[in-house]
Amino acid sequence: MTFLLGKDMTGGYGGADILHDCTIGVEKGEIAVVVGPNGAGKSTAMKAVFGMLNLRQGHVEMDGEDITSLSPQDRVKKGMGFVPQTSNVFTSMTVQENLEMGAFIRDDDIVPTMEQVFDLFPILQEKRDQPAGELSGGQRQQVAVGRALMTRPKILMLDEPTAGVSPIVMDELFDRIIEIAKTGIAILMVEQNAKQALNIADKGYVLVQGRNRFTDTGEALLGNPDVRRAFLGG
Amino acid sequence: MEGFLNALVLLSNFLVIPGLAYGCQLALGALGVTLIYGILRFSNFAHGETMAFGTMVTILATWWLKSSGVTLGPLPIALLALPAGIFAAIILCLTTDKLVYRFYREKKSNPVIFLIASLGVMFFYNGLIRFVIGPSDQIFTDGERFILTVKEFRESTGLVEGLAIRTTQGITVVTAVIIVAALFWFLNRTRTGKSMRAYSDNEDLALLSGINPDRVVLIAWALTAIVATVAGTLYGLDKSFKPFTYLQLLLPIFASAIVGGLGNPVGAIAGGFIIAFSEVSITFAYKKLLTYLVPESWAPEGLVQLLSTDYKFAVSFAILVLVLLIKPTGIFSGKSL
Repeated sequence: MTFLLGKDMTGGYGGADILHDCTIGVEKGEIAVVVGPNGAGKSTAMKAVFGMLNLRQGHVEMDGEDITSLSPQDRVKKGMGFVPQTSNVFTSMTVQENLEMGAFIRDDDIVPTMEQVFDLFPILQEKRDQPAGELSGGQRQQVAVGRALMTRPKILMLDEPTAGVSPIVMDELFDRIIEIAKTGIAILMVEQNAKQALNIADKGYVLVQGRNRFTDTGEALLGNPDVRRAFLGG
Repeated sequence: MEGFLNALVLLSNFLVIPGLAYGCQLALGALGVTLIYGILRFSNFAHGETMAFGTMVTILATWWLKSSGVTLGPLPIALLALPAGIFAAIILCLTTDKLVYRFYREKKSNPVIFLIASLGVMFFYNGLIRFVIGPSDQIFTDGERFILTVKEFRESTGLVEGLAIRTTQGITVVTAVIIVAALFWFLNRTRTGKSMRAYSDNEDLALLSGINPDRVVLIAWALTAIVATVAGTLYGLDKSFKPFTYLQLLLPIFASAIVGGLGNPVGAIAGGFIIAFSEVSITFAYKKLLTYLVPESWAPEGLVQLLSTDYKFAVSFAILVLVLLIKPTGIFSGKSL
């Protein structure tokens, strides 16, 4: 019984199908990574799990409950946090306001959660009164992840969190993501930097043209000569 | 020295004080335009008429209060009638949104479609206002006319030039400061206000954060109706209420909002004052001012007026074109058109 599972998903944005019988899932406290060549439908698969496109076939379940028909907003209330690849912060608002907006659906005290986010990303505490649009790419990603964490999600979904950041910042972000997973949150992540991402992954999905090509633990995928040759550059 | 003081008084009386009052009125008007642009993402051409409608109801309420014998001492009764105008304007805006704009919002129409729809709404409001109160001039200010009269000023200072501050000018500035302070407090300090800024900044992410778009739109209309009615009433008190003038006000108001940066409230206020002072100072006749400052033999023969007041709208139009050519996002970098 997988905690979050998109099973046999088939569908697209209207028009032709992009996903074909695609299955991805993640367990609590684990990191699942979706990799594959450009146009493989990685982000689409993630959006399908989040309810941003209509599935023709297949279903999405979370904690044993079928959530296929829920809107993305309702899935957020159920405990899913989503960090889009682009425009993932409120650029004109301060870091603190970004975090407050992340917690908009909560009525209880959000200060402890904000403290946790600041513990995780100390730089955000320093820059809390600065507009998020003035931060560097890596810091912005931290704000984006922090914003999603403010709802205290059970699942955190990241769409290419390291796109456009330097290798050093990428390593640091991955370290933080491991820390988040250790608190018991399930992490589902789409990544371009396949090798580094599979290194930290408990589970890896290699998608090609909207279909599952390889599914295994991160370690096994890294050791698989076929995967190495075709997707990881030898 | 006395010549210089006289020049200073003359400048304050005919340029600074009227410009300040007009700037406040434009700033409030531009705030309404900017709010709708920020949240609903279209240029609301019916805004001038919304101002006129709110003012009209305020006038009707003023007449009713007057007939039942209410007075407000030195202040105009219209201030007491203002809540009625605001309430009516909110109802009007919300009804319009429900009947007109929501349809296009659900269809996710292009902003240009919204703009054209707002043009239709403008004509409808236009007719409605003329039907109820007629097209002619209404003067509805009462109470004390001046805070400071020319005579009092001359007697206390001994200068030749006089300085007068009309009650309506004083009320305009004070009310504008209160409304703007309250609006900024709401947008920057309250949870609802922040959610509106978030929605304006990044709609998709706001939806992901669980912000309810219907509520944001509703509050945007209510705020717009409030600032529009206040702006319209202040303008009407200061000058007079004539429906056609409010239609014409649309140009300087849009110029203010765009010059400051559409969608940016700080920009709307700055833009309002830039347009107001440009308009007043370019159409001002500097002859008398110069006679105080230069020796008599240098005194100019003409009026030294850069542009006749008949062309005052050309000023806002020229500034608008200049800004669109040089910095289309406005001084405070709002959204690009």
